[in-house]
Amino acid sequence: MNYNVDEKGYYGEFGGAFIPEMLYPNVENLRQQYLKVMADPTFIAEFDQLLKDYVGRPSPLYFAKRLSEKYNTKIYLKREDLNHTGAHKVNNTIGQILMAKRLGKTRIIAETGAGQHGVATATVCALMGMACIVYMGEIDIARQAPNVARMKMLGAEVRPALSGSRTLKDATNEAIRDWINNPVDTHYIIGSAIGPHPYPDMVTRFQSIISEEIKWQLKEKEGKENPHYVVACIGGGSNAAGTFYHFLHEKEVGIIAVEAAGKGVDTGESAATSVLGKEGIIHGCKTLLMQTQDGQITEPYSISAGLDYPGVGPMHAHLYKTGRAEFIAVTDDQAMQAGMQLSKLEGIIPAIESSHAFAVLETKNFKPDDVVVINLSGRGDKDLGTYIDYFKL
Amino acid sequence: MNRINQKLQEDKKLLSIYFTAGYPALNDTVKIIQDLEKNGVDMIEIGLPFSDPLADGPTIQASSTQALTNGMTTAILFEQLKDIRKSVRIPLIIMGYFNPVFQYGVEAFCKKCQEIGIDGLILPDLPLDVYQDQYQDIFKKYGLANIFLITPQTSDERILKIDAASDGFIYMVSSASVTGSQDGFGNTQERYFQRIADMQLKNPQIIGFGISDAETFQQATKTSQGAIIGSAFVKHLTNQGVEKIPDFIEGILTVKQ
Repeated sequence: MNYNVDEKGYYGEFGGAFIPEMLYPNVENLRQQYLKVMADPTFIAEFDQLLKDYVGRPSPLYFAKRLSEKYNTKIYLKREDLNHTGAHKVNNTIGQILMAKRLGKTRIIAETGAGQHGVATATVCALMGMACIVYMGEIDIARQAPNVARMKMLGAEVRPALSGSRTLKDATNEAIRDWINNPVDTHYIIGSAIGPHPYPDMVTRFQSIISEEIKWQLKEKEGKENPHYVVACIGGGSNAAGTFYHFLHEKEVGIIAVEAAGKGVDTGESAATSVLGKEGIIHGCKTLLMQTQDGQITEPYSISAGLDYPGVGPMHAHLYKTGRAEFIAVTDDQAMQAGMQLSKLEGIIPAIESSHAFAVLETKNFKPDDVVVINLSGRGDKDLGTYIDYFKL
Repeated sequence: MNRINQKLQEDKKLLSIYFTAGYPALNDTVKIIQDLEKNGVDMIEIGLPFSDPLADGPTIQASSTQALTNGMTTAILFEQLKDIRKSVRIPLIIMGYFNPVFQYGVEAFCKKCQEIGIDGLILPDLPLDVYQDQYQDIFKKYGLANIFLITPQTSDERILKIDAASDGFIYMVSSASVTGSQDGFGNTQERYFQRIADMQLKNPQIIGFGISDAETFQQATKTSQGAIIGSAFVKHLTNQGVEKIPDFIEGILTVKQ
């Protein structure tokens, strides 16, 4: 079984490029160029140097001693929270801004939900001196004020998405409309492993630095490259794609994707796409998505804005369908408790997205000798308000 | 030969109107279609509303959202249209996004269209290669024309490919834009219109996006066989209501001949 993208842009039955003709020239140009650009030694050198000196890579692989004792297994944390800007998102935006430069683009657009991808995009645009416009749902702008301020400080223009439910899904629609209206000078930096081919594959490759590092770091610490399990939270799925990538074809490695169940899978307020979604087309790709029987895309819910997306990337849809990855849904409450516990036991306040991945330790029994690598995709600073409200701190 | 091809053989510039089904009120669909024909419109695009209309500007987005709030579904649209051919003769095209069609089942959808007397589909996010690999035979089986879009950025090579795969007409998007975001055409557009006219394609071209009044209609139909008005008509429905449809069409057609 092949878990990578095929030459037509599909992962099994999922993927493809379901885009209006207006986007075809841009997407096709990217498709023809991206692998060539990424294989170019000068590109690789520049990407590696920025990841090292600007982002601060490699991010540590940290043995979580007290957490391991509590669950009687060996738990390692991949510390993406220590990256510049506080999450894994910057791995992709660094890669894509370098790609945009090589494609001759001068204007960058992006969508953002919680604001993490928006901040990571605004950051690299400041770094490269490029114009940056970030689309963000009007409701998200109101509830993520610090990230909006960060983007502004970094020189980006934040444009409110006023249509539909005024959240991430609509911000993505607005970014796509902007790209339709500005087909020549603009590159769209998609933040997740979604969108028309080649985006899911390109984003996955930029994020695959996570699993590449896990391999050699684990070799140093455990004497072998492969853990028994890799665990990551999943909304659209960029941190999960990067965490899983180099283990997809290593049969001995169990892959666990943790979705946001919100208030519970059956409550109507959930973002557990593998349970609630069915095959369809969203934002340019065929994948699993939450929709009505009539094919209208529905609004997801999660306490974590970064997991609040009605679909998953096509690679993940394929991993789910083939059974290669185990999908586990975690509620808001389980995630919040796991976040608090990590703070108390290890002195690390995780992003609420990442807290979902840690909640799996409560429900899944790992063996004492199992090596479990959990991707700590982001830090919790941005979520302090939510933690304060939830725990009445 | 279906009604689209027949209509295109007439020696005139065609006026085609888009509206969103289920807007302003859920049951306005049939009345709007009948009034458009009565007032001299040559062809109609019936918009199947979608929650996430990527290629549409604010006017059509808002009408789609309202139509869905009104309760419009694919099944209700088909029910509303079931007797439409008893009163309407001009070509009818359903325009929408692929996901609702995919969920209904592409074959079931096409079959239903044939039963009702729909002549073609415009699904901007169903790409050419997927159509050819998976759905072309189904469209042909049920006598439906699949209308493709081209834009100023579409390469000549791809236009020829689209022309070969098309039936009915080619939908020429006037400029790089979502719907409803233009006012007036400049030299760039006129050069593009001329360039396409000079390609002598097998299929006639009808221009859409940015046509809003008699003047832009005239400009667009200088080199093409017709033009499509969408957002401006939907805006008219919003502001004036369904009773004032004759005024709108008259405004376009008076200078036309």
